[in-house]
Amino acid sequence: MSCECGKTCAPVDSPENACTSEDKAKCGCGPSKADTPPITGKNFTATRNACKLCAPLGACLAFRGIEGCLPFLHGSQGCATYIRRYMISHFREPMDIASSNFGEESVVFGGRGNLNEGLKHVIEGYKPEVIGIATTCLAETIGDDVGMYVKDFIKGNKDTISMPHLLHVSTPSYAGSHADGYQWAVRAIVDQLAVDGPNEKFIGIFPGMVSPADLRHLRDILSDFGMPFSIVPDYSDPLDGPVWGEYHKIPAGGTPVSEISKLGRASAVIELASTISEKQSAATLLDERFSTAAFRVGLPIGIRQSDAFFKVLEQITGESIPDHHESERGRLIDAYVDGHKYTFGKKVVIYGEEDYVVGLTAFCAEIGLKPVLCASGGKSGRLKSCIQDAAPELDPETEILEGIDFAEIEEAVTHLKPDLLIGNSKGFSLSRKTGTPLIRVGFPIHDRVSGSRTLHLGYKGAQRLFDTIVDKLMELKQDSNDIGYTYI
Amino acid sequence: MSDKTINLLEKRKRQIHEGGEFVMEAEKQSLAGSVSQRSCSFCGSRVVLYPIADALHVVHGPIGCASYTWDIRGSLSSGPELHRLSFSTDMQEKDVIYGGEGKLYNALVELIEEYNPNAAFIYTTCIIGVIGDDVQAVCKKVQNEKGIPVIAVDSEGFKGSKKEGYKAACDALFKIVGTDDATETIPKSINILGDFNIAGEIWVIKDYYERMGVEVVCSVSGDGRVEDIRKAGRAQLNIVQCSGSVSNLAKMLETEYGTPMMRASYFGIEDMSKALYDVADFFNDDEMYEAAARVIQEEVTKLVPRLAPYRKDLKGKKAAVYTGGAFKVFSLVRSLKTIGMDVVIAGSQTGSVEDYKMLMELCDPGTVILDDTNPLELAKYVKEKDVDLFIGGVKERPIAFKLGIGFCDHNHERKECLAGFIGMLNFAAEVHSSVMSPVWQFAPRRANR
Ligand code: SF4
Ligand code: SF4
Repeated sequence: MSCECGKTCAPVDSPENACTSEDKAKCGCGPSKADTPPITGKNFTATRNACKLCAPLGACLAFRGIEGCLPFLHGSQGCATYIRRYMISHFREPMDIASSNFGEESVVFGGRGNLNEGLKHVIEGYKPEVIGIATTCLAETIGDDVGMYVKDFIKGNKDTISMPHLLHVSTPSYAGSHADGYQWAVRAIVDQLAVDGPNEKFIGIFPGMVSPADLRHLRDILSDFGMPFSIVPDYSDPLDGPVWGEYHKIPAGGTPVSEISKLGRASAVIELASTISEKQSAATLLDERFSTAAFRVGLPIGIRQSDAFFKVLEQITGESIPDHHESERGRLIDAYVDGHKYTFGKKVVIYGEEDYVVGLTAFCAEIGLKPVLCASGGKSGRLKSCIQDAAPELDPETEILEGIDFAEIEEAVTHLKPDLLIGNSKGFSLSRKTGTPLIRVGFPIHDRVSGSRTLHLGYKGAQRLFDTIVDKLMELKQDSNDIGYTYI
Repeated sequence: MSDKTINLLEKRKRQIHEGGEFVMEAEKQSLAGSVSQRSCSFCGSRVVLYPIADALHVVHGPIGCASYTWDIRGSLSSGPELHRLSFSTDMQEKDVIYGGEGKLYNALVELIEEYNPNAAFIYTTCIIGVIGDDVQAVCKKVQNEKGIPVIAVDSEGFKGSKKEGYKAACDALFKIVGTDDATETIPKSINILGDFNIAGEIWVIKDYYERMGVEVVCSVSGDGRVEDIRKAGRAQLNIVQCSGSVSNLAKMLETEYGTPMMRASYFGIEDMSKALYDVADFFNDDEMYEAAARVIQEEVTKLVPRLAPYRKDLKGKKAAVYTGGAFKVFSLVRSLKTIGMDVVIAGSQTGSVEDYKMLMELCDPGTVILDDTNPLELAKYVKEKDVDLFIGGVKERPIAFKLGIGFCDHNHERKECLAGFIGMLNFAAEVHSSVMSPVWQFAPRRANR
């Protein structure tokens, strides 16, 4: 039977003749999207088991990656304590966050008094080089102008207090998630520290909300290219450091302010991101203000995206990819070949921060897995187009959904019956309920010890992800078989 | 490089006792900027109400407050598990500007239809009071339409510390009490208040009381059910555990229903035994007293020989204890003594001056007593006192681990049953597995000596 769109309707004789969703929409022979209930079930006003966190968390994470910096939340105490607890459970490291500790009078009269008092105490108690101030929803709602307060604080106290750098960022959680908060903070850090000057030969990297292991690996890659570099921010040491003999008020490590202030003079900056807006982009800011050469590549997860990253590095440095990365790439392809049969056509559901979802989807698509749902609690409006760019072979029918919560993902998983879930540990309850194994990546990982050490980026990260996924699929195959094969 | 010497903030000195004359202050608002281990009233309300397993718990506010409290505690339920889901109105910019009442209303109606709860608790978070949502009115409307209690919990974080949140939660609970039809008191009955059924602890305690012939009418809020809370006014005695997070409810029950209250702790052999004998004493019932004695004898006979090997290894090891409420510290100090350990640092987030005085009397001279402390102070003292073990909540864990010190979680997030006689054994095993681990030999503070 032939159809208006010029192809053959079912039964389909060959894959080329099968209708795509666009064909079906053209001739109207397939069920239209409007008739089918959404895969995520009934629409709820409430968010049920959120697949996102709040903006100040992302900002605190970014501030933790500046040397000598203490994150400070302007607002009430609870937010700071909850965020600390949440991050500690993932990184398993101290994560002090000060708070200006609003009371009823701060809400009535504004939080300036609390901010001033809080800053003084933090300076006295911690002697930080930098204080990174982010706002909670409450401070935003009552309209505190932290920028002005900070200016006045410096003016009023600079003669009596040895003043740290005071950075501030506005992070209302009703306007964005933790991923947004992270980007806002990175941009604010650059905005408030970078100054003009003669060009210098070095590369600035904005790595995105990646793991300490990723940051270390980026450091290795950049060192191997031989050009000086600066990763902003770099929380690998503060959030994955050695055991101590003495207690450090502020853990060692992080990007020094002196390096950040030079960013406008860098040979080039690279921003590892795909879904963020121009307004969130620190690279765009440098480009606009100092005409810094700014590159943007998605998180280098998998071969294609890592290739893109290495290519940019080659372009900037004029060096070709260092041998041992080239051979790492070769070994990775060899592993892809060895494992391809186990991955092919296996259905996966991927969720998390949008940039992670883009990177992971491209990776899954290139090893033959079949993403059936790519979901994020974030709402950039760009998730779909970024995924389609990064993974052109992806079935256009693949569900790509923003602003989702775990209750909706669960509903979708019940329908889609994927073989694996790939995402943070908050998917565990639905993994258990639906009997779908979970591959833990990203943030947070609250139920394993290895959160900080989870490597995603570069050929090495792809190798680790690939091994983890294939081993899991082989284990499932082996376990679900009665014979008990010892070779699989 | 950050400065390594840790000096106490001038204003904090009065909340610390290092020996000598006792002149402590407590129950003060945390200093701005001092990285308090405290949280907010919302947190307090969440702690108390969270384990009610057949109620809907909806956080009205921006997303974070709900995300961070999703399934965070090991409060078990023998039936429904609604409490393990996280619901939030996830306020967006336009809701903040135009108000969130409509959103709250829709959210509630849909959730109640979907999940069929027996009650709904609506927690207000910080910005709700500021934007002026009339949450009470929305709740009333939904309650009328849906025929279940829909209760606003006045828990805006900035209004105070956990304690105020406890009180708001008790006010909410009290609205449910007495809403069943029956009124007659139930003979030989108690309510267990202030236990959250972490790792099934309330089942252990309930079993002891039942073996004594006591009926447990309602538990607040571990394995809690709305139906039981309705009956709470009909019990003859309220047993309030530890920190007193639910003591406001007990006070209200005393005033309204004339039910007397009694404090108890279920941690450690002495305190657990006392909790049972006290109830028998209250009912002035010889048979019950004998039954209690039998329970205790049976349990302790089983327990003591099993504790001996732990005690042998742990003798003379030093511990620091820091908890939310002060009452628990007493039990922990006694329990640690039972397994041969010395407490050299003790403190809490919310204790009163009287609590600390008692604590000082219970501990050996020279023990450091801390009120509402912070990481820097904790680090200073654990190092000075060279402790082998730190007992606290998850926020204290990295401080201990970073310095290479054993740690035990004795907070709501733990997954081990530590209450009752069996809990004492688990506690000893847990402490033992931390203190005796060979990994500490590599910690710089030991390796350098
Ligand atoms: S302080 Fe307020 S906003 Fe923060 S967690 Fe508590 S209730 Fe939520
Ligand atoms: S009030 Fe805002 S900043 Fe505070 S925890 Fe809630 S969402 Fe986060």
